[in-house]
Parts: sequence; structure tokens; C-alpha cells
Amino acid sequence: MKDHILEMKNITKIFPGVKALDNVNFMVQRGEVHAICGENGAGKSTLMNVLSGVYPYGTYEGDIVYNNEICQFSGIKDSESKGIVIVHQELALIPTLSVSENIFLGNEQGTKHNLDWQKTTSKAKELLAVVGLDVSPHDLIQDLGMGKQQLVEIAKALSKDVKLLILDEPTSSLNEKESQELLDLILEFKKRGISSIIISHKLNEISYIADSITVIRDGKTVETLENKDHSIDENRIIKGMVGREMTDRFPERKAKIGEEIFALKDWTVHDPIQPERKAVNNVSLSVKAGEVIGIAGLVGAGRTELAMSVFGKSYGQNFSGSLIKNGQEIELKTIRDAIDHKIAYLTEDRKGYGLILSDSIRVNTTLAKMDQVSKNNVINFQKEKTVAEEYRGLMDVVSTSIEQHVGNLSGGNQQKILLGKWVFTDPDVLFLDEPTRGVDVGAKYEIYSIINGLAEQGKAVIIISSELPEILGMCDRVYVMNEGRFIGELSRAEATQESIMSLIVTDDN
Amino acid sequence: MNNVGKTIKKNTLLIALVMIIGLFAIFTKGSILNPQNINNLISQNAYVIILAVGMLMCILTGGNVDLSIGSIVAMVGAITGVFMVNHGFNIYLAMIVSLVLGVLIGAFQGFIIAYIKVPPFIATLAGMMIWRGIALIILDGFTIAPFPDQYLNIFNSYVPDFIGNENTLNFTCLVVGIVAVIIFVVSKFRNYALEQKEQTQENSLYSTLASVAIFSIATLYVTYKLAAYRGIPLILIYLVLIIFVYHYYTTKTVPGRYLYAVGGNEKAAKLSGVDTEKVYFKAYANMGFLSGLAALVVAARFNAASPSAGTSYEMDAIASCFLGGASAYGGTGTVFGAVIGAIFMGVLNNGMSIMGIDANWQRVVKGAVLLAAVIFDVMSKRKKT
Repeated sequence: MKDHILEMKNITKIFPGVKALDNVNFMVQRGEVHAICGENGAGKSTLMNVLSGVYPYGTYEGDIVYNNEICQFSGIKDSESKGIVIVHQELALIPTLSVSENIFLGNEQGTKHNLDWQKTTSKAKELLAVVGLDVSPHDLIQDLGMGKQQLVEIAKALSKDVKLLILDEPTSSLNEKESQELLDLILEFKKRGISSIIISHKLNEISYIADSITVIRDGKTVETLENKDHSIDENRIIKGMVGREMTDRFPERKAKIGEEIFALKDWTVHDPIQPERKAVNNVSLSVKAGEVIGIAGLVGAGRTELAMSVFGKSYGQNFSGSLIKNGQEIELKTIRDAIDHKIAYLTEDRKGYGLILSDSIRVNTTLAKMDQVSKNNVINFQKEKTVAEEYRGLMDVVSTSIEQHVGNLSGGNQQKILLGKWVFTDPDVLFLDEPTRGVDVGAKYEIYSIINGLAEQGKAVIIISSELPEILGMCDRVYVMNEGRFIGELSRAEATQESIMSLIVTDDN
Repeated sequence: MNNVGKTIKKNTLLIALVMIIGLFAIFTKGSILNPQNINNLISQNAYVIILAVGMLMCILTGGNVDLSIGSIVAMVGAITGVFMVNHGFNIYLAMIVSLVLGVLIGAFQGFIIAYIKVPPFIATLAGMMIWRGIALIILDGFTIAPFPDQYLNIFNSYVPDFIGNENTLNFTCLVVGIVAVIIFVVSKFRNYALEQKEQTQENSLYSTLASVAIFSIATLYVTYKLAAYRGIPLILIYLVLIIFVYHYYTTKTVPGRYLYAVGGNEKAAKLSGVDTEKVYFKAYANMGFLSGLAALVVAARFNAASPSAGTSYEMDAIASCFLGGASAYGGTGTVFGAVIGAIFMGVLNNGMSIMGIDANWQRVVKGAVLLAAVIFDVMSKRKKT
């Protein structure tokens, strides 16, 4: 008889009009790492919200049996008091407070009217040591990178005496090295007897870390796979998620590479806050029409900074070096200049910097190129609607109409609208920063197809991605970036996960 | 049924306005609907409507307000008085000077907000003190009066009756009302037919019919009442012009679209090539212009330039916008909404004054109404998600 720390039996959760969970059964053994896989919208997060009490007892059907007793949580506080702690995909830290204040937020040390700062600091230090994070408890969250913030979140979870740790997409904004460290940390917790549930789109990580894998599709449990020897093939998981085998995760493209269309020579950019630091250091790059190139590197290597500094100096200060477009040196002082010179930049943060969530698909599609749908500053609504319809079709966006607010769409559809918005500006050169972040497998394939289509039209595409398989699967050529510099250039044949990582690891200025 | 519900929801404030007018008609035994009182309602509230329209532009950029407008009204009014009354300048020249001054003050505050990045609340709070102080210095605590008749006529007179004679209803006024209704009805139904053809169906038949009915009845009623008094006040013409210009600007032009974009997500707008600084600058410079215009209207209405003019006008304008459905976070709100919000506040003031309610209690009621309206708005939005 197996020892289950958690059994969720016949869970059904109905939202108005949608059955989000349909008789889901889910069991976690004590001390194991259990992964939940499924496409976006499959019901993974809903299931975890039921478990943690975000959807309180009574709003769902079925039973939660935790440590052999039936639980009826009415809120997160209830589940946390039993040792069930969830770390959400979007970090819930307060940027302007310190590390220790964040760790004990809602669980302050000392008495209600007299906080014990000594205890707060010393306990925070202990927890930071456990997660292997080398920062002071007094550092502000806003000064830490995403990887470190993620570790602070986990330290916060540990402070609550966690027995079952739930991690929702913990590595989605981390680079390979940080991800590896995080996964090793989870294995460390396992040795200490903490059970974990991990939700992730990164199937290689799941295969590496999980002891069992439950696949959810359309609100139903499809299967639970044993993965004791960590040998499960990624394609095997994908088959369960999409209901079919996906042999090609990256669509074929006939590379028709033409003349050089865009180049950077000795491009150097200084950090806007620390002027002495070079965020981008002496970078030279060249891209031809019809070519898809990749920029690989760790988070913080300066890839986003590079792209944004080129895109109308939207990042940095004290620029030097030259931009060459179609053989001529150009200067892009503003973002408007960059767009007019047919350069586009798709942000890595579609909600924060990409889309106006409270506005319609129509408004978002045309925003960067209003002069195409207006005359003398007066908007031609007929034309704008036609354009929005056209790009909705081109990008295969699923929505009720072009008047639907983009905030109500899934991540994959939002990403397609963002991509469509930039394609509408008719660029020659597209910088795509994490073009498939937080997008499910099916939509990823569609986005890759769109990117290939753009290259076939003779556009130059530059992909920045922290997912190496994406870079390897899509790009004709790869630049490797580390600490602001380009440290290598690999052809498609030379580029492998190993060759890229070894360049980064052996780079020591 | 669903359609009816939607229509009601879309026009909550309008329905509330009709209801409150009905209530006051009962409480005041019809006095509120006297021809002369309707005329007063318009001229009393002209400045609020002008300021509310300008304030909406600021609020759209991200829930930002302009606290300085009441003080600008006082200062520009004072300078108008000095030039026009004390120094006997040509009235048109003096008016132009006043409007330019308003624009300059607005541009100054806009520059500080947009390019030096001082939060609008603080920048305009400072302006509120500075301009009021300057008004007091200029006037030295006294009031300048009276203004030349020629000047007062520009704002306080009526469209002459070309058709009838003095003893009958003002026919010009009636004709204008009927023509306005015809234009409105035709454009509404053309719009509806177009949407039917394209099957976009943004407006149902119900909401089209309802808005046509409300607008037609209200316009005919008001013009009939005005005709029974002295005809169309000139100020009403100016107001209609301002409302339509700004309605057009916010809904049909690219700079108008950018206002909503900046309020919806400033960072995304910036990365889409929108000059966000310019958007802020224009919103506040324009607020200065409309404050200058309001100063002229107020000076003419009271026939005086006093140092205490415009006190708490900024609050009336802000309240009108929020009452009219503008979001406190920016990105949503309409000119018509702000105007209806302003009329709503105006009717409340007027109705309670006629009933003889103590002025202090009037404040309490207005505050409570604003709070209730915003709570209702927040609750009805929460239900949707």
C-alpha cells in the first residue's frame, strides 16, 4: 500500500459556462516530486487553486484528502497552516521591501505591535542559506534578478514549515543555469522529506526531476506516468498533452538567404543606472534577408538590453558604435525612428510592455502603425477593422471578434496578437524577445510557423530565447552572449546545447 | 431581455439623471423645470462642463488629475479684469491674452509633468498654490467690476429670434431643436444600419432606440423651455461646439487614441512608438487652455474678477469625470460621460438650492452621491469577471 500525502478525488469545478475540471483524480506520494503537465487552459492552475483553497470548499465537487484526513479549506491561510504552500508563476513579492520583510510577509516575527527585527534577520539568514542564496536579508527585492527573486519566494514558502510545496512554472523566467540550480534545490528538499508538485512547460526539466507525471487535458486526467528512473521521453509526454504524437516540434523552413540587411558594428551601451557598467559591450552582428538568427545566453547576459538599445535607444545611455541598414549607416533616436526604419522589437513581457490588456484586438493591432489606418491624424475605422480582421486571420487568433479585449485571451493568443501588431508595421528586421514564453505546445508550433513565413518573405529575424531547443530548432546561426559581449558565433551545424553552454561556462573575460 | 439589461447598464448615469430630475420636479413642485431655471442651469454649469472635458483628458492618461485649474481660473480672471476694466484694453485683445496665458500656464505644468517627470498630483498642487497666490497679489484682495457690456454680451446674451416676434415662443430656438433631433436620429440609424450590414452589432436596436428616444425628448423639451424664456443662450452654442470637438478628438483621431493607449498601458504605448511625453504635455497644456476659457466664462457670468473665483472648481471637474464613468486608473472614460456627470452635479446643486437645503448639507449629499456612483461602478465591473 502506497503512502499518499495527498489524494484529490473526483474533483469537478465549474465556472459559468465552462467545466474547468471534470472528475480529476490526482495523487501524490509522500516524499516524491510530482509533475503536472498540460497545455495552457488544461486546468492545471485551477486544480492547484482548488488544492490551496483559493477556490474554497463548497465551490467545487469532490474530496481533498491530505495526510489521511478530508480537508475543507476556506482560504489560503487554511492550507498553509497544514503545510501546503504554493509559489505562483507570477511572483508575489513586494519590490520596495527587503528580502527578510518579504520572506515573513503575513507571518511577521515578534508580536503584533512589536516586530522582532533581530529574529526576522537571523531567521531569514538561515532560510537563505537553505536555498543557497547569497544576498543580505536587507537587500531590496527590486535590486535582485528574477532567479534570485524566485529563490526568495521559495525561502518564503519554507518559512511556513512546508510539507507539500507547489511550484507553478518556477523556471519560466530563469536561464538554464538558474533553472538547474532550482531543480537541484527541489531534489534537496526531497531528501528532507518535502513533497513537491511542479507545473512546467519545460518537458526536459520534468523528465529530469519528476518521479511521477500526471497529464491533464481539457480538465480531465489523461494518465499518470511513472518516472522513477527519469527515462520518460519528452515526446511521450507531449503525446498525452495534445492527444497525438508531435514528431516535429519545429516546422521545416526552406532557407532562402539573401544579402546582408542589418548589421551592428562595435555597439556599446552603458547601463542607465550604473553609468560605468557596459550593459552591451562592443557587439558586432550581421543578419541577412531571409535569415533567422538566435542570440543565446543566460538571463542578464544583456540580450534584451542589446535589442532595446537598437530599438530607438529604448534602453541605456552613452551609446557608441554604428547601426547599418541596407548598407547605410543610420541613427535611431526614438522608437518612432526605429519603426519608420522598419525595425520591430517584440518584448519579452507581453502584459507589462506589449499589449494594452484593457483594449480590443483592433486597437492593439494597429497601435504601432496608426499612420497606415489614418489620414491627417483622423482614424479610418473601416480600414482599421479590415486590418484587424486580416491579422487576426493571419495569426490564427481564436477570439469572438476583433472587439474582444486582449486581457480576456489566453497567453498563446495574446502572443499572436503582439506578433501580428509588429508584422503590421511591415518590418525588415524583427527582434523577437522570448517569442514563446508562457505559451503552450500547440500555439508554439503555430508561432514558429509564422516566424518561418516571415523569413521566407525575406525578412531578417533575430530570436532571443532562454530555451535552447527553440534556438537550435529555429535558427540558421547562433550568437552566444555573456556579460554584455558576444563570445561566439555558431553555425546551425555547430550549435548544440553542449557547445553553447560550454562557451558560456568557459567564458572568463 | 439581455439586451435591455445591457442598454440599462450602458446608460446608468443617464437613467439616474432622468430619475433625479423627476424627483426634484416633484420636490420643487416643478420649479426646477421652469424655463428660466433651465436657462440658469445651463449658464451656471457652463464652466464645470468646460473644465470636466479638459480634466477627462488628464484622467485618461492614467487617472492623473489637475488640481490647479480653480486657481488658474482666478488668476486668468484677475488678469482679464486688470486689462479689460482697469486699463481699458480692446476686449478681444484682452480675451486672446487671457487664453494665451491659460495655454502658457498649462504648457508650463505640462512640461514639468511630462519631461521633468514630477507626478501630476504634486506639480498641479504646487500650481494650485502659486496661481491662487498670484491672483491674490494682482487683485490685492479686491474685486474688479463691472466688465464692459460688450464683453458680457459675448457670453450672456441669446441667439436673436429671426423668425417670430417677441410675444410668441422663440421660433429660432424651436427650429434649432428640431433640426438637431433630425440630424441625431438620422446619424444614429445610419450607424445602426451600417453595423447591421457588417454584423458587428456593437449597439443593439434597443440601445439605439433608447438613446434616440432619450436624446430627442430631452432636446425638444429643453429647446421648448428655452424658447419660452429668451431663446438659445450663446453659451450653449459654445458648449455644444466644445463637446463635439473634444468628442471627435478622443474618438476619431490618432492623438485621441494615444490618450487611451497611454492610460491603458504606458510602457506598451511607448514601445509602440507613441511619444508618451507629448501625450502628457498636450493633455495638461489643453487643460490650461480650457481653464483660461472657463475664467472668461466665469468673469462674464459674475461680472467680476474676484480673488476667490474658481475655488474648488477642480473638485467639481474631477467628480464629474468619475461620475461619468472615467476610470481612476486611466484608459477609460468618454467626453459625453464627463458632460453628463457635470450636468448631474449641476442638477443636484440647483435642485437642492431651490428646495432650500442648507449649503453644508448639499456638500454632504454631493459627496455621498459621488461615492455611491463609484461604488456601483466598481461592483458592476467586479461581477463581470
